[in-house]
Amino acid sequence: MGGNSIRDTFFEECEELLESLVEGLSLLEENPEDMETINAVFRSVHSIKGGAGAFALDRLVGFAHAFETVMDKVRDKQLQIDEKLMALFHRSGDQLTDLVTAARDESDLNEEAESGLIKELESYLGGETAQEDFNFDALTLDFDGPAVEVPIEEATPSERAFTIKFKPDRSLYENGHEPLLIFDALAELGALTVEADVNDLPSFDDFDPNDAVISWTLKLVTGDTETTLHEVFEFVEGLCSLDVSVDEAATEALPQVQAELPGPASASPPEPEETPQAIAEQPTPSAAAKPAAAQSGGGAASKESRGPKPTLRVDLDRVDRLINTVGELIINQAMISQRIEELDLPTVAHLTNELEAYKLLARDIQEGVMAIRAQPVKPLFQRMSRIVREASDATSKKSKLVTVGDSTEVDKTVIERLADPLTHMIRNAVDHGLEKPEVREEAGKDPTGTIRLSAAHRSGSVFIEISDDGAGLNRDRILQKAIEKNLVAADAELSDPEIDNLLFLPGFSTAGQVSALSGRGVGMDVVKNAVQALGGRVSIASTQGKGTTFSIILPLTLAVLDGFVISVADQTMVIPISSILETIRPNPRDIHLVGTDSEVVSVRGAYVPIVDVASSLGLTETKEASGTGILLLVSTEMQGMTALRVTAIHDQRQVVIKSLESNYAAIPGVSAATILGDGKIALILDPEEIIKLGHSSGPDLFAQQARMELRNV
Amino acid sequence: MTTKVLAIDDSRTIRNLLRVSLEGAGFEFHSACDGQEGVDVFPEVDPDVVITDINMPKMDGFGVIDTLRSGPNRTNVPILVLTTESSDDLKARARNAGATGWIVKPFDDASLVSVLRRLTGHIG
Repeated sequence: MGGNSIRDTFFEECEELLESLVEGLSLLEENPEDMETINAVFRSVHSIKGGAGAFALDRLVGFAHAFETVMDKVRDKQLQIDEKLMALFHRSGDQLTDLVTAARDESDLNEEAESGLIKELESYLGGETAQEDFNFDALTLDFDGPAVEVPIEEATPSERAFTIKFKPDRSLYENGHEPLLIFDALAELGALTVEADVNDLPSFDDFDPNDAVISWTLKLVTGDTETTLHEVFEFVEGLCSLDVSVDEAATEALPQVQAELPGPASASPPEPEETPQAIAEQPTPSAAAKPAAAQSGGGAASKESRGPKPTLRVDLDRVDRLINTVGELIINQAMISQRIEELDLPTVAHLTNELEAYKLLARDIQEGVMAIRAQPVKPLFQRMSRIVREASDATSKKSKLVTVGDSTEVDKTVIERLADPLTHMIRNAVDHGLEKPEVREEAGKDPTGTIRLSAAHRSGSVFIEISDDGAGLNRDRILQKAIEKNLVAADAELSDPEIDNLLFLPGFSTAGQVSALSGRGVGMDVVKNAVQALGGRVSIASTQGKGTTFSIILPLTLAVLDGFVISVADQTMVIPISSILETIRPNPRDIHLVGTDSEVVSVRGAYVPIVDVASSLGLTETKEASGTGILLLVSTEMQGMTALRVTAIHDQRQVVIKSLESNYAAIPGVSAATILGDGKIALILDPEEIIKLGHSSGPDLFAQQARMELRNV
Repeated sequence: MTTKVLAIDDSRTIRNLLRVSLEGAGFEFHSACDGQEGVDVFPEVDPDVVITDINMPKMDGFGVIDTLRSGPNRTNVPILVLTTESSDDLKARARNAGATGWIVKPFDDASLVSVLRRLTGHIG
């Protein structure tokens, strides 16, 4: 029971140690002789081994030991880090990660890779195997039950009388030993008589209190062996003169009644059962109480002086509950503000100030709560270095990963759900993006390709970019492939960005033959869907011969968004500000009819197609008269710049996102819903989808929204 | 009088394990996460026994022993070394540096507590 929280701590610590291991290894790559880094890497492996030993995780201990032994040689400068050894360290780090994961999840892990790596590691040890000075089988912690010592019933060996001559050196005292305690330990083995010899005691004037001047002659009658007796002196060996002999005459004179003499089992049995029970009795309602559990022990002043920054572990559910409640608070605040406004009181100046303060406080609380969920992308990025390594090995390419902005903080869920798409894109970048080393050299490039992974906060969004310095997208091949797969018409004339975006179509795979690496049945469409599910967008930019960049733009949080409150065909709706580049009230002169149905607006000399939101959503039969309404300029991947026509913009505010899918059903063109200050539900529009819908006729949204309001009011 | 332990180890897991074992056995537990911090807090904690790891950042276990055993503030307080190696070489080094005893990781509660009792006379 109690062991589990300690076990959890161990695995948490392992994660930190593995992180610093990976970080250390990449630092070593740059500077292979930096002792500080070498020591840090050694310590990471060493600490994992130390902790693993306590939980009897033998495989982990064994592997860490082999790893550590080679690291130790590097530390002692008996071994130089070259490219080959560096690669081995990387792979060993990966293996250690796998072993930790397997140990934590108690899952199986193929031993083949492990034993191969151990062999490779041992090959650096020049004959001595890593197992030599390594005996770990003896002691382990058992938290599941008290370690009851079962007394072994066996014939008591004959009692013997020992004479022990013990003369401490000065160093014995200097090392913190106390002869009296040694005698106590001997007395536990049997009947002991102690006789001090003070003949060497100098006269008072010559007396140096630090000197060892007293010696002892001890007589011990015990059934224990001489070895056991020597064990008592284990720590003082070399710090004293010690002579142990058997007093034959006295032994013969002993009465042969062993039964009443203290046996070995009674030698100070400590009470290990206290420990597990002490913890088990602690109330541990949930994970949140973990730190408290570790502090058992009757208020003994335990303190962790100046450790790493103090942290508090809290169940994620609790945080989410809080976030949800804060969301309600924001809505509630908006409602109160609106109601008060509606009252139209004569002197509301005071009230308005207080309300404004309330609003700011609520916003502060919200930001504070959101910050709890935010985490740096560093661990995620670090995991990608392994992907790059593995992908390079599998494709015989040379590549390195450069990360930028890895302290950028992103919502925890976003980080978790980004892992798969990012892994896929990184694999793609190595597999499809980078050229083979010889091809690169021919092109006058560094044979080692660079994959760049960056993260940054920009205007309320998180930007993540994955770029390679490879050959760039082969647009001819992409187009040809798309035509072969009937994804586009054979005579289609597509712009470069349109061709690039074909990659995101379901069932598209550019590799001439599906490679074992990237072609695992997951296409870029899956990446796109994953990013969109997070409320984000993904786009491509590629330059022939220079490389390709994938950009992912994500909202900072999944719980709120900044939006314009707009009206469309008498409906109040919200559109995310992040997607809007500009708003214009068009001059009718700037609007032109194209064909019979389509309109464009001229914006600073460029013609931008207009999509009427109301008709896209199927809210009206007829489009708004040209020249009326407001145009919202948005940039989309498929269509480039597009102008969305709405009736009016009423307000700009933060809204709390309520999932439509989980509360009602998915509606095309609508990403979610929110509750406005007047208590009404407003749909949050998805501009990208609206534009797509602009070409077909939309669903009967009006009816759906009306039904929803009926359900909720 | 409770016996005060100062445990110096950079591994949180090990510190936690020690804490649970030792508080359970009636010791007053203090800890530090590297050698430098260990010798820094030593005067304030004024422990009856020190347990120290060897491999640590900033100052290793030998540094801790050295600091506590020499200089103006030298002390005879028992120092127990926690080590993953059981080699005689390391034991000799620890003893020569001034360590009082050692215990090989992974340790079990019982032997740890009994060693501490031997070094301090602590009655749990």
